[in-house]
Amino acid sequence: MSIDKNTARRVAHLARIEVADAGLEPLAAELSGILAFMEQLNEVDIEGVEPMTSVTPMALKRRADVVTDGNKRDDILANAPDAREGFFAVPKVVE
Amino acid sequence: MAELNKLTIAAAREGLRKREFTAVELTEACSAAAAAAAPLNAWTVLTAESALAQAAKADAALAKGDAPAMTGIPLGIKDLFATKGVQTQAASNILAGFKPPYESTVTQNLWDNGAVMIGKLNMDEFAMGSSNETSAYGPVTSPWRREGSDTALTPGGSSGGSAAAVAADTCLAATGTDTGGSIRQPAAFVGITGVKPTYGRCSRWGVVAFASSLDQAGPMTKTVRDSAIMLGAMAGHDAKDSTSADLPVPDFEAALTGDIRGKKIGIPREYRLDGMPAEIDTLWEQGRAMLRDAGAEIVDISLPHTKFALPAYYVIAPAEASSNLARYDGVRYGHRAKIKAGEGITEMYERTRAEGFGREVQRRVMIGSYVLSAGFYDAYYLRAQKVRTLIRQDFEQAFAAGIDAILTPATPSAAFGLGEKANADPIEMYLNDVFTVTVNLAGLPGIAVPAGQSSENLPLGLQIIGRPWEEGDMMNVAYALERAVGYASKPDQWW
Repeated sequence: MSIDKNTARRVAHLARIEVADAGLEPLAAELSGILAFMEQLNEVDIEGVEPMTSVTPMALKRRADVVTDGNKRDDILANAPDAREGFFAVPKVVE
Repeated sequence: MAELNKLTIAAAREGLRKREFTAVELTEACSAAAAAAAPLNAWTVLTAESALAQAAKADAALAKGDAPAMTGIPLGIKDLFATKGVQTQAASNILAGFKPPYESTVTQNLWDNGAVMIGKLNMDEFAMGSSNETSAYGPVTSPWRREGSDTALTPGGSSGGSAAAVAADTCLAATGTDTGGSIRQPAAFVGITGVKPTYGRCSRWGVVAFASSLDQAGPMTKTVRDSAIMLGAMAGHDAKDSTSADLPVPDFEAALTGDIRGKKIGIPREYRLDGMPAEIDTLWEQGRAMLRDAGAEIVDISLPHTKFALPAYYVIAPAEASSNLARYDGVRYGHRAKIKAGEGITEMYERTRAEGFGREVQRRVMIGSYVLSAGFYDAYYLRAQKVRTLIRQDFEQAFAAGIDAILTPATPSAAFGLGEKANADPIEMYLNDVFTVTVNLAGLPGIAVPAGQSSENLPLGLQIIGRPWEEGDMMNVAYALERAVGYASKPDQWW
């Protein structure tokens, strides 16, 4: 499957990565190359094979439904590029 | 007292207990060697002051007696591990200046065992790379050079800083992480030992996530024994990582008897690649002969889906990465791009990620977004997950047939020059992982051990793959190989 410029634009947006218009053609070519490499997987007979969804065959443990951590507002905000009055600040979202 | 930094963990452990030197002296020697190794660009931060405080505590514990094995051992920590109050940015600009208010479980386990952190280590950005050239800090230069040349070589990746720091004797050992070969390939490139444990052996909590079903932390050390000691200190169940195994951590060091008589060592025929350099094939043959001489039985085996491991990996790893890296949006930590008047939060997200992520990371996040997107999920991601099942079954069948461990080359070549693959297709770089990536897909343990030298006098490594949870047995085979090889070469100090 080869990717065209419009698909590259869509993929970049899905990934939330800004790509200038001039960068879209080279990006499309690069992504097409990688996808072509993946096409090898079509040679494998996967009829009746279950997808591998857990690495080690073991049931995930459940923990008690209790609060184990918290009251760390200042720690959580300490690395924020813009924190005000105990909140993360972002550009206006709602018009 | 000279050159304490050149000791192994085992030798330092003994010297500290015999009071031949103190943990403070050992730490000072490593911190000085690390500071003097600036041309390698292996260290991103040196924490000499807090290291001395940890070393003084270690000396006090040693004086009382009964201190854990890692007490007073100076380590380097890959930049992927969150270290409380110390810059942790996964070698990415998007995490510029990030200082975690918490400590990763693996590093906390090491400090609880008395180890000392002398600094953080360079790596490929978000552990995506095989040459350390994707790092926002710039590439690491290997301490090794080709015979009669001063061309700067890669230490491998992504744990290239860890590999270079240990090979250059600037710390006794280092932590690494391995998603497709990121411990074993750099270990092989610089002539040290690196272990990727069974998936779930070490907690992933506090390790910056790349591909969660593949990532594992492990030790990078000067000897197999050191890896056994250090892995014992890193491993263990952790309620904060639901995939960490609730299994006792065995005494790995006690497994190192060197006796491998009667062990069945599998040689997978699919690992003999077209165009593989003759010296890699020779190295592999020598490894087989050494294990046979040590009393093991060498058995030809087949792992028929091997050739599909790389394409499956390069679907699954980017898919998981695109999901894990969605959190870097310029809101909670790290870099935030400036927006112009009239622009909003979408532009802020998209520009932040364009400015903060390097090219390889962007490429993988986009591939991951594509293979997970509506209409392509079944064709790529689901298919790759099914192929992954087949790859794991290949190994399960070999082990069910009585194979104890598998011997393969660690890398398809010796270390290459920095920049040599700069204009190559991304796929060419991905081929570095061809012998290691199957192990991550199957969740198995693997170890790279130095096994010889290339024609240009660069280190070459062999890999031993073990049964799940049998790291001790696997390291014992590696130990037998290490003893047979007697690898003692060190890079000449040019830095």
